[in-house]
Amino acid sequence: MWITFLTGAVDIGIALLLGCLGETITEKSGHLNLGIPGIMSVGALGGCLGASLYIDWFGNNVVGLFLILFCILMCILFSVLMGLIYCVLAVTLRSNQNITGLMLTTFGCGLTDFAMNTPNFINSSNVSDASKYFINWLPFKDSLQGLASLFFGRGVLVYLAIALAIVAGFVIKRTRIGLNLRAVGENPATADAAGISVTAYRYIATCIGSAIAGIGGFYYIIENSSGGVGNYTNIPNIGWLSIALVIFTMWKPILSIFGSFIFGALYKLPTSISGFGVILSMPQMKIFGLLPYVMTIIVLIIISALDSKENQPPASLGLNYFREER
Amino acid sequence: MAKYSFKDALYRVKNPDNINKYKAWGIRIIAFFLGLLVSGIFASITLKTNPFTFYGTMITGVFGSGDQFMRYLRDTAILLGIAIAIVPAFKMRFWNLGANGQVLMGALASAFIAFYLRSKVSPAIQIILMIVSSMLVGAIWAVIPAIFKAFLKTNESLFTLMMNYIAVGIVEYFIMVWFPGSGSYIYAVSKELVKMPNIGGNVYILPILVVALLTAFMYLYLRFSKHGYEIAVVGQSENTARYIGTGVKKVMIRTLILSGLICGLMGFLICGSAGFQINSDIVEGQGFTAIIVTWLANFNPLVMIFTSLLLTFFTFGSGYTGSFYGLTTTAIADITIGIIFFFIIGSEFFINKMNMRMMKVGAYNIDKGGKK
Repeated sequence: MWITFLTGAVDIGIALLLGCLGETITEKSGHLNLGIPGIMSVGALGGCLGASLYIDWFGNNVVGLFLILFCILMCILFSVLMGLIYCVLAVTLRSNQNITGLMLTTFGCGLTDFAMNTPNFINSSNVSDASKYFINWLPFKDSLQGLASLFFGRGVLVYLAIALAIVAGFVIKRTRIGLNLRAVGENPATADAAGISVTAYRYIATCIGSAIAGIGGFYYIIENSSGGVGNYTNIPNIGWLSIALVIFTMWKPILSIFGSFIFGALYKLPTSISGFGVILSMPQMKIFGLLPYVMTIIVLIIISALDSKENQPPASLGLNYFREER
Repeated sequence: MAKYSFKDALYRVKNPDNINKYKAWGIRIIAFFLGLLVSGIFASITLKTNPFTFYGTMITGVFGSGDQFMRYLRDTAILLGIAIAIVPAFKMRFWNLGANGQVLMGALASAFIAFYLRSKVSPAIQIILMIVSSMLVGAIWAVIPAIFKAFLKTNESLFTLMMNYIAVGIVEYFIMVWFPGSGSYIYAVSKELVKMPNIGGNVYILPILVVALLTAFMYLYLRFSKHGYEIAVVGQSENTARYIGTGVKKVMIRTLILSGLICGLMGFLICGSAGFQINSDIVEGQGFTAIIVTWLANFNPLVMIFTSLLLTFFTFGSGYTGSFYGLTTTAIADITIGIIFFFIIGSEFFINKMNMRMMKVGAYNIDKGGKK
């Protein structure tokens, strides 16, 4: 029972982790991108389109590795395009970040909704075929049992996500690029004076962040839902929860790995708790479902009350940088 | 820049927005039409139609019949009402992303009264109780983040965003408690309903009237009252506000209470106009759309009438267009609005830039103002 529960928690947690990681990288550059739910939806759309096209083209001669690469590439392409819309508006044209993000979410969710409901655009049986290549990428997966299955039997994107989080944590904390990125997010005027290109860092951080978040949306469809395309309607919820997770993990990628598992566990708890002999009524399950949001608020309050320099949001988060106005 | 005399400085304090008003609106209109063009092209390709038919069906959808038009006005009124509710907070630079939750909690309070008191008290008392409880609950939902922002500087946009989801969960909880058999948490209909008072035989008039009054009130409140002045000062600069002796915390909490009261009232109207039904999606994300309404109008309640008419035209019209082309979702509305507003959001940059240039050539020299 524990194994099933933990597996479920990890599986949903990874979708949150990818979304959170993307948003963390973006926020480190000083941009509060509220378009993440839209970007994740569009990323899922891109990936599913990739899967659908690839299997249409190659039919029976599918090479798993190429399929996986092609889907991820399509997913990144779509998400980065969304990220670029955000960058052009919020970085170059200095539009209000909250408005731009909300609009991007409206647009992205609408676009995904529209494309998914367009007949003959995405072949859903192709997507569920493709999902097998993602989930069963390791040949020995079926022979694994229990804990071994929990650690070594996950889909390919799970390991990719954890690797990305570790790399991102290292780059942000330990390298010069990370230092520059944090400088841009904390005090763009100082960064600018030190010769760091604020615009370039914000563009690249937002685009990388969008790509990662987009993979999160695609992961939710292809692995967590076993290729069930119809689940795209739940991606915005995952997206908002990922934004909550960014606060919960205090803008630290390494911490977000564990944070995402905690959120994943909380997400799964209401439906899995009956397996532990606790019978919840439907309404009680709803109240349980609120825990991630309540915990996020508590963390938000605690970090603002402690007022320690380490755990704060990037100082210029949400503020655009006008060189002329210094 | 030293060619200005003291006298110039004394007399030339002018708001750049006034000088460039017409130019600014010119830029916005150009952006709007570019957006229309692009989303028209998008619709033409995907729906295999042409932009004229596409927008034509939209216009038919809104102005097609008297009833449709009245419903369009009612929808506009609801959106405008929520925008009116959040505008003082935004003018204060308090990023209230939680209007969805505040309105929803207000609607829940109405449904709560409808459910428990439906055959126990007279309809008039019931309506009054609904209004009062909706407004109270809305205010409570809005003031919690404000208190934390005022005393601990807790980030309000993230806090209010989370409060939305808690509101959704609470509504779903109550629906499940009230209608356990239904199994679905999408709709809850209370039978033996109290009817909303209808004015002139038309149910749509009441929300329109209420919101018209609210708009007038909010315009006067922000423009002429001391409170409105304090809100503007806190929004411009918290330090300035502190120096002139405005209690920033007090202003913040007071403003959010007002904001929440109106949100709650809108919740009552939404719940009431749906026959005192409640579901977790009853607000339809209008709390977010309302932010765009206020922001496009530069926080001016009178201009907001126009921007809310415009936005509702697209949501309402696209709904009709969608069903015309056999689409089951509101997706095409979201896409159209998204594209058009990307252009309008982007155009603000050129307006600001124009203001900056005017400043440099010395058209005005004191108050640089302008929207950031």
